[in-house]
Amino acid sequence: MIAEFPPGLLMIAGAIFVPFVRGHLRSAYMLALPLLGLWQLMLLDPGTFGAMPVFGFELTHVRVDKLSLIFGYIFYIAAAIAIIFAWHNEDLAEQTSALVYVGAAVGATFAGDLITLFVYWELAAVSSVFLIWAGRTERAYSAGMRYLMIQILSGVLLAGGAVLLANETGSVAFNNIGVDSLGGILILIAFGIKCAFPLLHNWLQDAYPEASPTGTVFLSAFTTKLAVYALARGYAGTEILIWIGVAMTAFPIFFAVIENDLRRVLAYSLNNQLGFMVAGIGIGTTLAINGAVSHAFAHILYKALLFMSMGAVLHRVGTAKGSELGGLYKTMPWTTGFCIIGSASISAFPLFSGFVTKSMILTSAAEEGYLIPFLVLLFASAGVFHHSGIKIPFFAFFAHDSGKRPKEAPFNMLLAMGLAAFFCIGIGVYPQPLYALLPFPVDYTPYTTTHVVTMLQLLMFSALAFGVLQRTGLYPPELRSTVLDFDFSYRWLVPKFINWFMDAGARAWTSLIADLFENLNRFIATVFRYHGPKGLLARTQATGSSAAVIVTLLLIFLVALLA
Amino acid sequence: MSETPKNKTAPEESPTRTYWLDDIRNVHKLFWILVAICALLFASDAFYEKHVIFPFEHWFGFFGLFGFFLSFALLLTARELRKFLKRDEDYYDR
Repeated sequence: MIAEFPPGLLMIAGAIFVPFVRGHLRSAYMLALPLLGLWQLMLLDPGTFGAMPVFGFELTHVRVDKLSLIFGYIFYIAAAIAIIFAWHNEDLAEQTSALVYVGAAVGATFAGDLITLFVYWELAAVSSVFLIWAGRTERAYSAGMRYLMIQILSGVLLAGGAVLLANETGSVAFNNIGVDSLGGILILIAFGIKCAFPLLHNWLQDAYPEASPTGTVFLSAFTTKLAVYALARGYAGTEILIWIGVAMTAFPIFFAVIENDLRRVLAYSLNNQLGFMVAGIGIGTTLAINGAVSHAFAHILYKALLFMSMGAVLHRVGTAKGSELGGLYKTMPWTTGFCIIGSASISAFPLFSGFVTKSMILTSAAEEGYLIPFLVLLFASAGVFHHSGIKIPFFAFFAHDSGKRPKEAPFNMLLAMGLAAFFCIGIGVYPQPLYALLPFPVDYTPYTTTHVVTMLQLLMFSALAFGVLQRTGLYPPELRSTVLDFDFSYRWLVPKFINWFMDAGARAWTSLIADLFENLNRFIATVFRYHGPKGLLARTQATGSSAAVIVTLLLIFLVALLA
Repeated sequence: MSETPKNKTAPEESPTRTYWLDDIRNVHKLFWILVAICALLFASDAFYEKHVIFPFEHWFGFFGLFGFFLSFALLLTARELRKFLKRDEDYYDR
């Protein structure tokens, strides 16, 4: 029976009962939901169900195939890990919205048509904003508002594109879309916003670091990877995605190097990793799609691990700014170790998860002869090692001793990090089970001499560059600062323009009104002069004086007659 | 951000305890170990048959040199970018 229940709805319905249980029981109940979901996915047979006609269109609530299943699995695994990490948290708003958010992401993954996708898409946007607001600061509130506006815009574009497509083809089925029609382009932009394409990306770096230590772990897993799934479904082999993806891998790393808030650094590196997946989807060969999907799978785990380690630091120290941290390895050795495992995974060190997944994307780029994309991806691979592989663990746990001696992270946080670390190493050492889940049959061996040696050369020489620059004092130090990014346009430029416009408008209005009143006053004064109480035309004469005038006239007349 | 730090310090930690990494000579040691690893990796290109696709990938030590020089360029460019992009911490809050 459970196999007939739409996968996402399980979590959403489950969220309703969260307020009725308390304490550890509530956390245990929350953990049971994704595990139940995972079990359900294992029972599902490929195919579709839950079809219903709406306004003459055939909606398919659930479509099960290998592509949707692998994202479903990893979403539930990530949810379980994040729930363990947040075990101590008793914030009801955060807990409930997290479950709805997970359910919406899973539901969207299994949506067989664009209308169902749209509903879950918007639900994911609305439920996730509460995780940002759970940061409970003024900054979190405004960042959440900006996040919500941008996410809703993505949903509106998706709905608009779906209507245009339905008009054109008569079907709302969610399959390969392509960019040959306006509807297709609108939907690509909708996906692109959620996937943080260049210039559409800034909601990510803006909002994620403002959420609570636990909220960011949830956020990092779902929204952007849902977009990766949607791109893989609708736009595989669309060439422009290669260039978009390549740009996405390259430019965030410059920002990541100079950003001070380490959770914001992770948001930039998240953006950079999405670029690898988008480029893989653009290349579109079976190897490239397998690479993109498996990289998303591995990425969710190591990115969650990195956000958890920084969340644990934030939880214990109260800040995650590089300029305030350092030397924490002395009292947080486990967190340090887990963070380094996450760093090694994202940097694609041999025996760690990133190595066996990212290499598929790089190899497919080379095989298809994309020279410049290949070189940029290689550069970005070195770059990601700098900001996530070295910078994060180095400035948080080593560097100069900040004198801070926080206690080791609580047990539930360590357990969650340990689980994620286990998966990171497990996938790296023994990738076959992951490869078996991929949408296409895998004919790829990651561990060849060439590949291991060249990757180690790339990484070790990058580390050497870091070492040399550190010793010569040329390495950009951690400074308390804000780094301007594209959000400058809508957080500074546009508000300034609106202010200027309103100021100038107000001035114009004031002078317009003043002129108007002046003319009106002049008009009234003129009327008053002639028709007012003392006006010439309004003067009233006494009856007596009229009689005197008539008598005078008669007198003149008489004199004239007599004369 | 709002969460107040709990149990700020570890009680068993004595402030005078020194660690292996506290000694700057050991940090230097680590650096020279890294240099040695790089040298070995660079030389190892002579000992296996590279299976790569683009011709330039066959150049001796290509990946090492690529990693070193582009990282160098990345970090120094980012450092220069600060001149244009760095603002005060409360820039948007004012």
